[in-house]
Amino acid sequence: MRDVAFGQYFPGSSLVHRLDPRAKILMFIAYIVIIFCTFNYAALGITTAFTALFLILSGISPKFYFKSLKVIIFIVIFTSLLNLFYGSGAPIWQWWIFRITPNGIHRAVFVTVRIICLILASSCLTFTTSPTELTDAIERLMKPLKAVRFPVHEIAMMMSLALRFVPTLLEETDKIMQAQKARGADMESGNLFKRVKALIPILIPLFVSAFRRAYDVATAMECRCYRGGAGRTRMKQIHLAARDVIAFVTLALVIGGVIVCNSLMSGVL
Amino acid sequence: MNCVLELKNLGFVYGKGTPFEKRAVDNVSLTIKRGEFIGVIGHTGSGKSTLMQMLNGLMRPGEGQVLLDGRDIWEQPKKIREVRFKVGMVFQYPEYQLFEETVYRDIAFGAKNKGLEGDALDKAVRDAADFTGLKPALLDKSPFDLSGGEKRRAAIAGVIAMNPEVLVLDEPTAGLDPMGREVLLSQITRYHKECHNTVLLVSHSMEDIARVADRIIVMNKGKLAMFEPTKEVFRRGDELSRYGLKVPQITNIMQALRRRGFDVPEGVLTVDEAFDALLPLLQKEGKLW
Repeated sequence: MRDVAFGQYFPGSSLVHRLDPRAKILMFIAYIVIIFCTFNYAALGITTAFTALFLILSGISPKFYFKSLKVIIFIVIFTSLLNLFYGSGAPIWQWWIFRITPNGIHRAVFVTVRIICLILASSCLTFTTSPTELTDAIERLMKPLKAVRFPVHEIAMMMSLALRFVPTLLEETDKIMQAQKARGADMESGNLFKRVKALIPILIPLFVSAFRRAYDVATAMECRCYRGGAGRTRMKQIHLAARDVIAFVTLALVIGGVIVCNSLMSGVL
Repeated sequence: MNCVLELKNLGFVYGKGTPFEKRAVDNVSLTIKRGEFIGVIGHTGSGKSTLMQMLNGLMRPGEGQVLLDGRDIWEQPKKIREVRFKVGMVFQYPEYQLFEETVYRDIAFGAKNKGLEGDALDKAVRDAADFTGLKPALLDKSPFDLSGGEKRRAAIAGVIAMNPEVLVLDEPTAGLDPMGREVLLSQITRYHKECHNTVLLVSHSMEDIARVADRIIVMNKGKLAMFEPTKEVFRRGDELSRYGLKVPQITNIMQALRRRGFDVPEGVLTVDEAFDALLPLLQKEGKLW
């Protein structure tokens, strides 16, 4: 339970940590678009290099990035195998229904690199941005939607509350599991039905305590006169700085590079 | 007397190989005799909870061994569940583990897992409820309708019903009112006297520990600092204060009286003892009428 590296935040003061969270989110969205718009190896190389640059600048041990990749290793293998066998064109190797074509190999390489880059980049985002910063940034970015009466502040508040309770509930789950194991609850053996049933002694206390905590938080917020988002100011203002501009320029260069590569060279997919 | 638990060079490190690495238990060796009442004290973060969780195999020691009745509990890792019935563990705030529809069924959960059935199960549940002072009328209620103190009792009864050889209680009186603490503590003592089982009690209250424990384990920064009879431990008040612990208030008062030349015995641990020591003194000086 405690070994979940994906989505964790590691406090630090690296360049990536200090970037404006809004800039990071916008760059991440643009990044997702360009990684799927790479059609030859040069373009793929540029985006991969860009990813690597960010990972190095984040100053976080590669070990944690590897850990976040572990979770998706099966998806990567599965999708790359599917792509490998479903390529079009003349086969270079064939056995029964399995046929491998140059196109299939290219596809497999591209899908593998793309998924890995995506996971690494999103890990980089969550490793270097605290949940509070993330929700603040989302709230600021969605502000224009207020014009159409979209409850931006409420949604951001719900998000930050939910994120706030993830570690608490994980810890609570751990405690309850220990306590039930101490009473001889058997969670490791038996068939599927038995295992699902074995979850009841954990889920019920967990729900009870989640509700209790929710009430506590609601009371605490009311005690502090929380009345929703209207007229609220922030203690920590986020400002765009020179480094954010530089980051945007770098990203623009990468996008330009990808477009140039795509148009000058022939695609392999 | 034979020993029920033996710890050999026990050690545990959290998050080994990560930046969050922390040594919680460091080379602890000790033996606990059958039927003893052991108090466990130590500053917050001294490793006592980790140590307790290694006793029933909820945590696997990184180094060393835990011997229960002379056998390593990790000899057959698949059978570790059986160790948990022999070493019953009551966690802090155990009321949060209640889940069944009725109090009766919740108390029976552990005993049922152990394999008890029919009359034996019924007897175990009712005996456990009796030991913790739960009225029989409460057994058919939902555990979520009980008061805080009653929930605590029900949770403790759930462990006692497994009839463990060793009962480990991690701060069972935390968060209860003075009366509730008093009653719960005397029920635990009664359980210990009548069942002759070994009891380990973790507590921050020196008064509680002084009243009930035969011997005391003092933990400091993951190491075993002392393991001596209760009187001996509380005689070494200076050493205890270095570990961030105290001696019971009454012991301090009696020591101050001794220093001022009053003829009172050394190592008075409870108010009752102090009462017995002071009464003849007052009578002798003719100040009591």
